[in-house]
Amino acid sequence: MVSRLPPVNDHGGEGNILTATRPAVEAKGVTRIFRGTGRDSVKALDNVSVAIRENEFFTLLGPSGCGKTTLLRLIAGFDYPTDGEILLYGQDIAPLPPFKRPVNTVFQSYALFPHMTVADNIGFGLKMLGKPKSEIEARVDAMLKLVHMQELKNRRTSQISGGQQQRVALARALAPQPKVLLLDEPLSALDYKLRKEMQIELKRLQHETGITFIFVTHDQEEALTMSDRIAVMSSGKILQVGSPWDVYDHPAERFVADFIGETNFLTGMVESAGNGRARIALRSGAKICATAAEDFRAGGNATLMVRPEHAKLVKGRGDLTGTIETIVYFGTDTHIHVRLDEGDVFMVRQQNSRSASCGFENGDKVGISIGDDAAQVLKD
Amino acid sequence: MANRFDVRRQNGFVSVAMLCFFLLYLPIATLVVYAFNDNDSIVIWKGFSLRWFHVAWNNALVIEASIRSFQIAAVAAVLATITATMAALATTRTKPYPGLTLKYAFINQPLMVPEIVTAVALLIVFSRIKIWTGYSGLGYLVSAHTAFCIPFAYLPIRARLESMDLSLETAATDLYATKWKTFLHVTLPLLWPGILAGLMLAFVVSLDDVVITEFVKSGGQDTLPTYMLGQLRRTVTPEVNAISTAFLLLSIGIVTAFFFISRKRT
Repeated sequence: MVSRLPPVNDHGGEGNILTATRPAVEAKGVTRIFRGTGRDSVKALDNVSVAIRENEFFTLLGPSGCGKTTLLRLIAGFDYPTDGEILLYGQDIAPLPPFKRPVNTVFQSYALFPHMTVADNIGFGLKMLGKPKSEIEARVDAMLKLVHMQELKNRRTSQISGGQQQRVALARALAPQPKVLLLDEPLSALDYKLRKEMQIELKRLQHETGITFIFVTHDQEEALTMSDRIAVMSSGKILQVGSPWDVYDHPAERFVADFIGETNFLTGMVESAGNGRARIALRSGAKICATAAEDFRAGGNATLMVRPEHAKLVKGRGDLTGTIETIVYFGTDTHIHVRLDEGDVFMVRQQNSRSASCGFENGDKVGISIGDDAAQVLKD
Repeated sequence: MANRFDVRRQNGFVSVAMLCFFLLYLPIATLVVYAFNDNDSIVIWKGFSLRWFHVAWNNALVIEASIRSFQIAAVAAVLATITATMAALATTRTKPYPGLTLKYAFINQPLMVPEIVTAVALLIVFSRIKIWTGYSGLGYLVSAHTAFCIPFAYLPIRARLESMDLSLETAATDLYATKWKTFLHVTLPLLWPGILAGLMLAFVVSLDDVVITEFVKSGGQDTLPTYMLGQLRRTVTPEVNAISTAFLLLSIGIVTAFFFISRKRT
C-alpha cells in the first residue's frame, strides 16, 4: 500500500488505515516556525500530521534540515510547536515541559553526565522521580544487565569507549520505563562495524522492552534495516509513511525514490493509462510498461523510475540501448554505468558470482531490458 | 613532525624569554632576599637574619591590618562570587538578544573604568552616606571590594558555563529533573571548578587592592597594603620586605591550593 498521508482532520482517528492499532504518539497539524533576526523566518515543520503506533519502531528519515530532529524535539518537549497538537495516548502534551512527559531521549552526543558513574547516570531519571533507593538499585542492575554492562557499573563515563557510552545512554533513557523512547541519530558517532552491531542491539532492546521507539536518521540504509515503518521527510513535510518495502519499492514521489536507494529516472509521455498501470513513450521512441501510483492522464509528461537491480543488461537490443561508460566493482555486486543513446546515464546493478566477471567491458554496445514489474511512474 | 613551526626554535627566542623572566622576577627575588637582611637598610646587605619577620610578627598594627585584609577579602570574594555566578547564569543560559553585549560591558565595568575614578567617586558618595547614616564601619570597604571583584569572579565562571555541553542540562530535564534540580545535580557540580577559580581570583584581587581602599577607608581601617604604603612614607626598613614575603608565600599557597582543589573536581 502506498499511503501518502493526508492532513488529519478527523480528531477521532477512527477507521484510518494508519491508526488501526492505538497510536502512541500523534502529531496533528504541527507547524514550527523559527523566527530569525529581522524578517527571515524558517518553517522547520509545515502542518505535519502523523500517527505512530504502540510498540512500533518508527523512523523519521530525511536529509539534514528536513525537520526530523525538530519533530523529535517537539515530542520530547525541548521545543514547542508554533501550531498544532502532539498527542501521547490521546492526551495533548505539546504545552508540557520535558520533565513532565513520560518520554525519554537518547541524544546524538549521548549527553552522559561526566561527574557521575555509569550506575548514577542510569539511575538519574528514577532518582529525579523520587523512587526509593532500593528500587533504583534493582532497576539500575537490571538495565546494566539488559545492555551487558554489569562490570562497568562504577566507572566514570569518561573511562569507557564510545560504544559503551552508547549503551549507557540507552540504559539511562530506558530505566524510567518511558512510554516512548526517542533516538536522535544515536549511531552516527560509531564506526561502521559497531554501528551494524548496535542496529541489531537496538532492535533487540525494542523487542524486549516493548517500548515504542522513534528513531531519527539521515541514513537510509539504517532506516530500511531497522524500522517497522518509515516517514520520509523533506523541507518540513512528511512525504510518505510506509514500511521499508513500501518506501523503497513504491515511493510516492520523485524525492522519496531519489533519497532512498539508487534510482534511474527516465522522462517520457503517458501513452495510455489505467488500472494502476501506464504505458510510457520515451524520447528515444521506446515504450515501457510501468505501475502507476496515481491516475495519470494520457498525453501528460511522466517520470519513470527503475531501480538499478531491477534492470538487466543484455547483449542485443533491449528496451533501451547505450554504451558502457564505467564498471565499478563493489564486492557483493557490480555497478555498470551505461550512457544511453539519448544522452542520459543509466545504472544497472548485477549480483557478482565467484567464478565469472560481469561479462561486459567498457565501450560495449548493450541493451537494457526492463521487466514488466520493474518500472514505476512517479509524480514530480 | 620535523618541519613544524615551533616558536621555541626561532632566533632570539631564548634571549627574549630570559629577559622577560629576569625583569619579572629580579625585583621579587631582591625583595625576598632583603627580607632576611640583618640590617636597617633595604639595600645594604649585612647578614642573614629572621629578625624582621620577628619584628613584623610582633607589630600589633601589622597583625591587625592583616586580619582586616583577610576579613574584607573573604566576605567580598564570597559575595562577589555569588553575584557573579548568578550574572554568568543569566548571561549564558539565554538566547542572545540585542543588548546582551552591553550587559557584559556593564558587568565588567570595573575592568574598564580607571580605578582612581572609581575610588574618587566612591569617596564622594560614601562620605555623603556616612554623614546621613552615621555608620562608618567596614561595610563601605566590603561593598567596594565586592563590586570591583565581580568581574574577576564572573569571567572564569562564564567561560566554564560557555564551554559546558548544553545537552547535559537538556538530558537532565528529559530525565524528569525540574529546572532547580537540573541546576543542583548537573549544572552546579560541573560549574564548581569555575566557581572556585572565580572565588580565588576575587580573593586575591581584594587582598592586594590599594587605590580604592586608600580612598574609601575610614580612620583606623588600614588593610595590609595601605598600612605598608603608609610605612613607606616614613622610614623604610626590611620589615616591609618581610611582610611582603609572608604575603607572597600566602598568595602562592592559596593559588596552589585552589589549583589542586579545582583539578580534583574536573
